[in-house]
Amino acid sequence: MSNTMSFRSSLLRPLAVASLVIGLAVPALAAEGAPKPSREDWSFAGPFGKFDRAQVQRGFQVFKEVCASCHSAHLLAFRNLAQPGGPEFSEAQVKAVAEGYQVQDGPNDAGDMFDRPGRLSDRWPSPFPNEQAARASNGGAFPPDFSTLAKARTYEVGFPGFLIDIVRQYQEQGPDYIHALLNGYKEPPEGFNLPEGAHYNAFFPGHAIKMPQPISDDQVTYTDGTPQTVDQYSRDVTAFMMWLAEPHLETRKRVGFQVMIFLIIFAGLLYFTKKKVWKSVEH
Amino acid sequence: MSGHSTFEPKNPALKWFESRLPLVGLIHSSFVAYPTPRNLNYWWTFGGILSLMLVCQIVSGVVLVMHYTPHVTLAFDSVEHIMRDVSWGWLIRYIHANGASMFFIAVYIHMFRGLYYGSYKAPREVLWILGCIIYLLMMATAFMGYVLPWGQMSFWGATVITNLFSAFPVVGPTIVEWLWGGFAVDNPTLNRFFSLHYLLPFMIAGVVVLHVWALHVVGQNNPTGVEPKSEKDTVPFTPYATIKDGFGMVCFLIFFAWFLFYIPNYLGHADNYIPANPLVTPAHIVPEWYYLPFYAMLRAVPDKLGGVLTMFGAIIVLFFVPWLDTSKVRSAAYRPLYKQFFWIWVAVCIGLGWLGSKPAEGGYVIAGRILTIYYFAHFLIILPLLGLFEKPKAIPASITEAVLGKNKGAAPASAGVSAPQTKG
Repeated sequence: MSNTMSFRSSLLRPLAVASLVIGLAVPALAAEGAPKPSREDWSFAGPFGKFDRAQVQRGFQVFKEVCASCHSAHLLAFRNLAQPGGPEFSEAQVKAVAEGYQVQDGPNDAGDMFDRPGRLSDRWPSPFPNEQAARASNGGAFPPDFSTLAKARTYEVGFPGFLIDIVRQYQEQGPDYIHALLNGYKEPPEGFNLPEGAHYNAFFPGHAIKMPQPISDDQVTYTDGTPQTVDQYSRDVTAFMMWLAEPHLETRKRVGFQVMIFLIIFAGLLYFTKKKVWKSVEH
Repeated sequence: MSGHSTFEPKNPALKWFESRLPLVGLIHSSFVAYPTPRNLNYWWTFGGILSLMLVCQIVSGVVLVMHYTPHVTLAFDSVEHIMRDVSWGWLIRYIHANGASMFFIAVYIHMFRGLYYGSYKAPREVLWILGCIIYLLMMATAFMGYVLPWGQMSFWGATVITNLFSAFPVVGPTIVEWLWGGFAVDNPTLNRFFSLHYLLPFMIAGVVVLHVWALHVVGQNNPTGVEPKSEKDTVPFTPYATIKDGFGMVCFLIFFAWFLFYIPNYLGHADNYIPANPLVTPAHIVPEWYYLPFYAMLRAVPDKLGGVLTMFGAIIVLFFVPWLDTSKVRSAAYRPLYKQFFWIWVAVCIGLGWLGSKPAEGGYVIAGRILTIYYFAHFLIILPLLGLFEKPKAIPASITEAVLGKNKGAAPASAGVSAPQTKG
């Protein structure tokens, strides 16, 4: 039985030479004058970082009620929402969410496709059947898929910050950028030539973004008393997007710590063994 | 150096086997009895570290292939399938992706060590050239591997680099079509790169065998650059070198694990988490960090063919270092001028790497030109002239003398006893 995957139109036409020329002709959207996103305090940053369960659950709510009406997340399966290290909804909760969607399945014995309620094993249904449909509904812009988006965005850190980041173990540039973008909608400055159908965003490369401000205060109703502000929504949905892009982040950091302890002890033992072996040899 | 094996099996079954194929004897003479200079420092552990990284890349790569799909419509998602659904798939993929960078960090240190201590000089020219071939193969392998996830930087990196070959007159466009398997970077390109990415590591392993063989014929160089002259100058490989290499490897693994577990995407590009799209060009197409110095040289030359030749020339020149360096003294420890020029050259390489990550405009291009010229001047002018004008420091008579002279008040030097056996 094959679940219907959202159609990912093959973007890859054998026209890369032509597109290279086109690509070079289109001026690169240099982020000139764009301010650097500020570094936020993410719960999942650092060597012992973990997702804030409640935050990722709220982030999922924002995604489901707001973002998902335009953005797909085709690598997300409903079952992922219940697995350890993520929002960790109960299986019953996720089943209820899945059943709220109609998923195309088939063909059945008669050779017909049919719709049925979603199951845990289904992928998140995409809002549009293909890229063309998405563009047609969004003023020509293609809302990017959320699956890996939090790892697909960054900003230049510069010298010496990029070296300090190795020591600090900081690689949350993607979340910083998304948070900044969602809070970056402003009136265009005097003399800025905003194209038709675009919106001014301080952090978007080139500043003219097709996505209108996606969320406003009190748009999503939180049940746990968390403030219903754009800033809070953006933090929550960003945390959810980071989990979506890196669902095994918590395991990675936990195993990393165990491996580090092992390697450091092992290195210590080898060091003293080496010292003993070489004791009688001047070198 | 290595001579015949002294391995005498006691076990009758092993005796039977050994008289038909002296395999254990070969291993014994190569990795147990093999005499290694007693004064090797930790820079010499990078040979072992590189062997470890090669095995690590091949093993993790073989497992990845079990789950990866080389097709333009499926490749990106199959990598994400590995990251999400395959048991420990995220670990295997991050090992492989970060392992490539670690491999290059280790190989650059290994090469810098060879250049500093003159390890390329007679009788080690073939050893050095084999190393340069391994480096070239590594570059090709890593480039093709980076294409496989079929992200934006995979696609555009492949487009830019394969297009370089079009600069060659007459045959250029034919070569490019042949590389692509068509008229653009597309599915045939991905398929052949996948095939070659699986093949080349085994070719590397083959050349590594030759590299180690050549090493065991001429013996290791050492920080003094003076050949071992008596048994006093060397220690058996096991336990002395094995334990030291083992300690070096585990320290390197700690460094590796730091990136692998905590900042696994630091060394990659964010753009490569966007599926390849031939209709959208990334704002900056930047190769992986280990190519950046060469990328800077490519863009420093205004002419396309000139840039390509400069870039390849920067690697080709390494093959001729044994003859470009005219000094009779191996180690920079006894070459006061070369030591300074060596470090200037290292700084130039790092500077070129930084420039390679910057857009090709304004002052960056001018700086790139100056450093490119210096890079070549180091090999083509400075190295040949230094040998003629430099006054080297007094060279110790033997390794043992150098070692005991360093640790004053230790056992009396007995270096005079040994007669020179080998000539460097």
